[in-house]
Amino acid sequence: MAHFKSRIAVNDPAFAQNRADMLALIEQLRALEERAVTASNRRLATFEKRGQLPPHERLERLLDPGMPFLRLHTLANYCMEDPDPETSLPGGSVILGIGFVAGVRCMIWGDDSGIRAGAGTAGGLRASLNIQEMALKLRLPVVHMVESAGANLMDYDVEWWANAGRMYNNFARLSAAGIPVISVLHGPSTAGGAYMPGMSDYVIGVKHNGMAALGGAALVKAATGEVSDDRELGGTEMHASVSGVIEYLAEDDAHGLSMARDLVRRLDWNARANPPRRRAFELPRYDSDELAGVVPIDYTVPYDVREVVARVVDGSDFEDFKPRYGASTVCLHADIMGRAVGIIGNNGPIDTQGANKAGQFFQLCDQANLPIIFLNNTTGFMVGKEYEQAGMVKHGSKMIQAVSNVRVPKITLYIGASFGAGNYAMGGYAYRPDMLFSWPNATTGVMAGQSAARTMSTVAEVRAERTGQPLDEAVLAEQEERIRALFTRQESAFFTSGRCLDHGVIDPRDTRKVLGFALDTVLEGRSRTLQPNSFGVARL
Amino acid sequence: MTREISTLLVANRGEIALRVMRTAKALGLRTVAVFSEADQDAPHVRFADQAVALGPSPAGESYLRADRVLEAAQESGADAIHPGYGFLSENAAFAQAVEAAGLIFVGPSAHAIDVMGDKARAKRAMLEAGVPCIPGYQGEDQSEETLRAQAQSIGFPLMVKAAAGGGGRGMRLVHEAAGLSDALGLAHSEAENAFGSGTLILERAIIQPRHVEVQVFADAQGNAIHLGERDCSVQRRHQKVIEEAPCPIMTEALRAEMGAAAVEAARAVDYRGVGTVEFLLDASGAFYFLEMNTRLQVEHPVTEAITGLDLVALQLRVAAGLPLGLSQSDVSLSGHSIEVRLYAEDPDNDFLPSTGPVALFHTPKAAGIRVDAGIETGGEVSPFYDPMVAKIIATGADREQARRRLVRALQSSALLGPRSNRDFLLDALQRPVFAAGEATTAFIAETYGEAGFQAQSPSFEAQALAASLFYCNRRGQAQAAALDLSDELLDWSSDGRLPSVFVLGEEGARVHLSPQRDGTLALTDGAEACAVIDVLSYGAFEARLSVNGTVHDCLFHHSDPATLHLSTAQQTYVFTERSLTSAADDVGGSGRITAPMHGRLVSIDVGVGDQVAQGQRLAVLEAMKMQHEILAPASGTVETIAAQADSQIAADDLILDITPAD
Repeated sequence: MAHFKSRIAVNDPAFAQNRADMLALIEQLRALEERAVTASNRRLATFEKRGQLPPHERLERLLDPGMPFLRLHTLANYCMEDPDPETSLPGGSVILGIGFVAGVRCMIWGDDSGIRAGAGTAGGLRASLNIQEMALKLRLPVVHMVESAGANLMDYDVEWWANAGRMYNNFARLSAAGIPVISVLHGPSTAGGAYMPGMSDYVIGVKHNGMAALGGAALVKAATGEVSDDRELGGTEMHASVSGVIEYLAEDDAHGLSMARDLVRRLDWNARANPPRRRAFELPRYDSDELAGVVPIDYTVPYDVREVVARVVDGSDFEDFKPRYGASTVCLHADIMGRAVGIIGNNGPIDTQGANKAGQFFQLCDQANLPIIFLNNTTGFMVGKEYEQAGMVKHGSKMIQAVSNVRVPKITLYIGASFGAGNYAMGGYAYRPDMLFSWPNATTGVMAGQSAARTMSTVAEVRAERTGQPLDEAVLAEQEERIRALFTRQESAFFTSGRCLDHGVIDPRDTRKVLGFALDTVLEGRSRTLQPNSFGVARL
Repeated sequence: MTREISTLLVANRGEIALRVMRTAKALGLRTVAVFSEADQDAPHVRFADQAVALGPSPAGESYLRADRVLEAAQESGADAIHPGYGFLSENAAFAQAVEAAGLIFVGPSAHAIDVMGDKARAKRAMLEAGVPCIPGYQGEDQSEETLRAQAQSIGFPLMVKAAAGGGGRGMRLVHEAAGLSDALGLAHSEAENAFGSGTLILERAIIQPRHVEVQVFADAQGNAIHLGERDCSVQRRHQKVIEEAPCPIMTEALRAEMGAAAVEAARAVDYRGVGTVEFLLDASGAFYFLEMNTRLQVEHPVTEAITGLDLVALQLRVAAGLPLGLSQSDVSLSGHSIEVRLYAEDPDNDFLPSTGPVALFHTPKAAGIRVDAGIETGGEVSPFYDPMVAKIIATGADREQARRRLVRALQSSALLGPRSNRDFLLDALQRPVFAAGEATTAFIAETYGEAGFQAQSPSFEAQALAASLFYCNRRGQAQAAALDLSDELLDWSSDGRLPSVFVLGEEGARVHLSPQRDGTLALTDGAEACAVIDVLSYGAFEARLSVNGTVHDCLFHHSDPATLHLSTAQQTYVFTERSLTSAADDVGGSGRITAPMHGRLVSIDVGVGDQVAQGQRLAVLEAMKMQHEILAPASGTVETIAAQADSQIAADDLILDITPAD
């Protein structure tokens, strides 16, 4: 046992300052998330008039009360279609997450039809594709609450259409993998949207409002001149008795969601997974709540990542691996909610020894089948003559190779800086970690904006010296400012999460819960026996 | 002549069988229980040293079978039989048969039972003995003409009673001549069914009297004393609900006077053992003999509490042939004691008996509190017997202390599963008229009026508690169904805002609960935060929650995931949660007429195709020996008749179908 002794005093002014800074960022996060809810709720009266439940309340009814819910991609589309941070609506018109339905861990996908009738968005599409991939990888049944106007014809984008096809492709792959997709058809879902129920294994259609057709009455009139109404074309009553597109007819939204819960229960999904035994554990000796104060939001201020680990792992108890070798790369063994993991964190740039140590550590985790947690706070691999000559490229490559090829679960958190190839080596986005979340202070990119600006200035200075031309300081300053702004705009967690370059931004104080939940989810999925088939289940 | 009792058979069930056996065991006797099929796992069966089966569940085939009880006594080697109350306790033939079999009947002689069991004979005997009686008719001529003429001469209001009756059965109050015919008919048939004799007596109704009864105790040697009185004025439909001792307005002089009259009454029939002489006491202090109960009374514990005597021990002493062992001057009264009778009945359904599995029966242990119960958690309230399932008795130095103790005890008591009259009892105990000791037999009618006791609609706090308990229950069920989910992850969503919705009540009011970072639940009803709830403890049936800082203790049970039985200090509720229920499921209002409870359908008064008016009598159901009229809920046409008259019918079985008129 090696209980960590924290060096941080919670009554220190620095702690208070850090905490105030972090809480302000969390508040910004929540305000952005609330922006989507507020927008959706503007349509409450419309839903009420139609006898519908609003999308957020559908989620409330579907999920088990009091059971955990890990929201995914709450900031999707932020600053993406609408670049203005002040007006951009996060969420991508979808409500996504992993939650429990009748005690079964499910991937939940709700169309937020309170926002532009649930029409597709660029960020929403990326997020939806991500969660489908995640469901496939983690073997989670999908429950989709469908009500979407489909492609946004007013802001049509050919790329969106081309990529959207992958959603249906994913449904086919899920079905073939032996992972059921259940849709509840709450409202109109036309054109491509009709394939949402069409490609699902089970469809519950809600009377009166549920509707799915390749073309609604307006499109049919325009295309063929035929005069028809939406209920004839795609009403759930018709689909239940004539076309056979839906399996179950629900009286209203509440009934449909109740049927979805029943259906999940009847699958007895939990009978075919056997996650590894959880060890008895105690809470961290240092309160997770202190995580808001132990980390300065400015990544240039150094701190010991063990202070973070101590507030996350069971009993604040961990064992350092090779602490005297490559000391700024911290590898350690610990338990999170009774599950053994390997954790890697950074106390600075990764040097040759650090990369070397990390590569070995990853392979050891793989050998013992221990999930790896990546706590990113690195400005990258060390540069400089000494490091290049020591084989930094070689060691860094080996570390990236190890990260790429380990077979164990990978869960990544951006808790500070995550730059350059250091990001790659630390289980970044491109390395397909099972789950990837950011703290609101996280800063990611090829390098820091300041470094990029200084680099380009140095290049200009060198050129000026070589050509003997005088350097226009004003132009240079302007260039530096432009580069810094370009980087700064794109490096914030809110921006990158808007592009779905993670699975969401979390409150740092929830880190232990997020990791515990993520570990449960991944290990449960991996322990599950599926019965795949070749072509997916066909609705004949 | 003394006779030794070593094995006592208790020819009864429920709380009284347990109560008698407790004393018997304490006295070192072996105890023998008897039981019907319905009671084979009942508490009294398990408590006894030996138990003998009597027969099928209906009382007529088991507890009322004198022959079977005697066989049981022989089989088990009992040398005495205690009849409890009800059943065979006031059956002279049984008492005689017991003695004839060479066994001891723990009660008075067959003669005393016989005389006092016939109201008319009793009244004649009392008039002879100089005990004051109410003017009335108790003749043998039962022709309707004679009864009418007698009624006219006695005057109205008038009571029509079964001569062989007791406990309110076969009893009707008639306000004017017009109602006499119906009352005679109903009382006659109820009396016939309940007691095997349709003989009726008529009496002037004394308006707003107190019901005051005197406990007497007599031995075979001719000694008789009284043990003070009980005031049982609080009655619903002639069923006692709250009883106390002493009577709040009693004076020493009146007690002496009434006590002497009661002792005279007992002597007049050579009474032996403990018995009760009931009087009506009017506002002027005049009292009238009502009847004598020749058995141990339900409400005897209040007398025990203020006299310090064990009435069952006294019964056994006298039954064994021993003298009283105490004189009138040895009897001293101290303190005050109040008893409430907990009935399994549905306050939302005209207090009809409510039966079924007992999900929870809980009473507190506290100073001055005695609970005599015949049910337990996990047991059942059977449709075959009396719905009185427990008595809660509070004793204090004075009346107010006893009353407060009783209120507190009831506040932390619950009977969940079957409905109960707990809230009604609580309400009655806290009414100023009762608190002031001013309740007469008119108390309930005056306090609650025509509509009767009406439960309050759930308060905001109650809804908040209910929503929280649904939340905890559904969370628990989901966690149990999940694959190893750590408690640490409960009540958490990563976006910090995910609420759960609960739809409570008929109006479909939505209540949202969001778990907060500090462990509390924030309750909103749509927009503004309106309560902070803290679940301080949550157990299998007990929970403590605070709502905006006020702590509430709850006893609860979920009969299904959407139904919560909740008992708070204030009220007992049944909440239905409809968040997962289609609005279409709530469409009711059909003309299906179903049996409100298990019983025998005495008559069906309409035929297929009949036009019926709202409130018209459709059928009569007899259950728990009471006749219940089933009335048309709305006007319409009788479409089908599914049940048959003179047959047993289960609760919720279809009787007939009415197509409502538009």
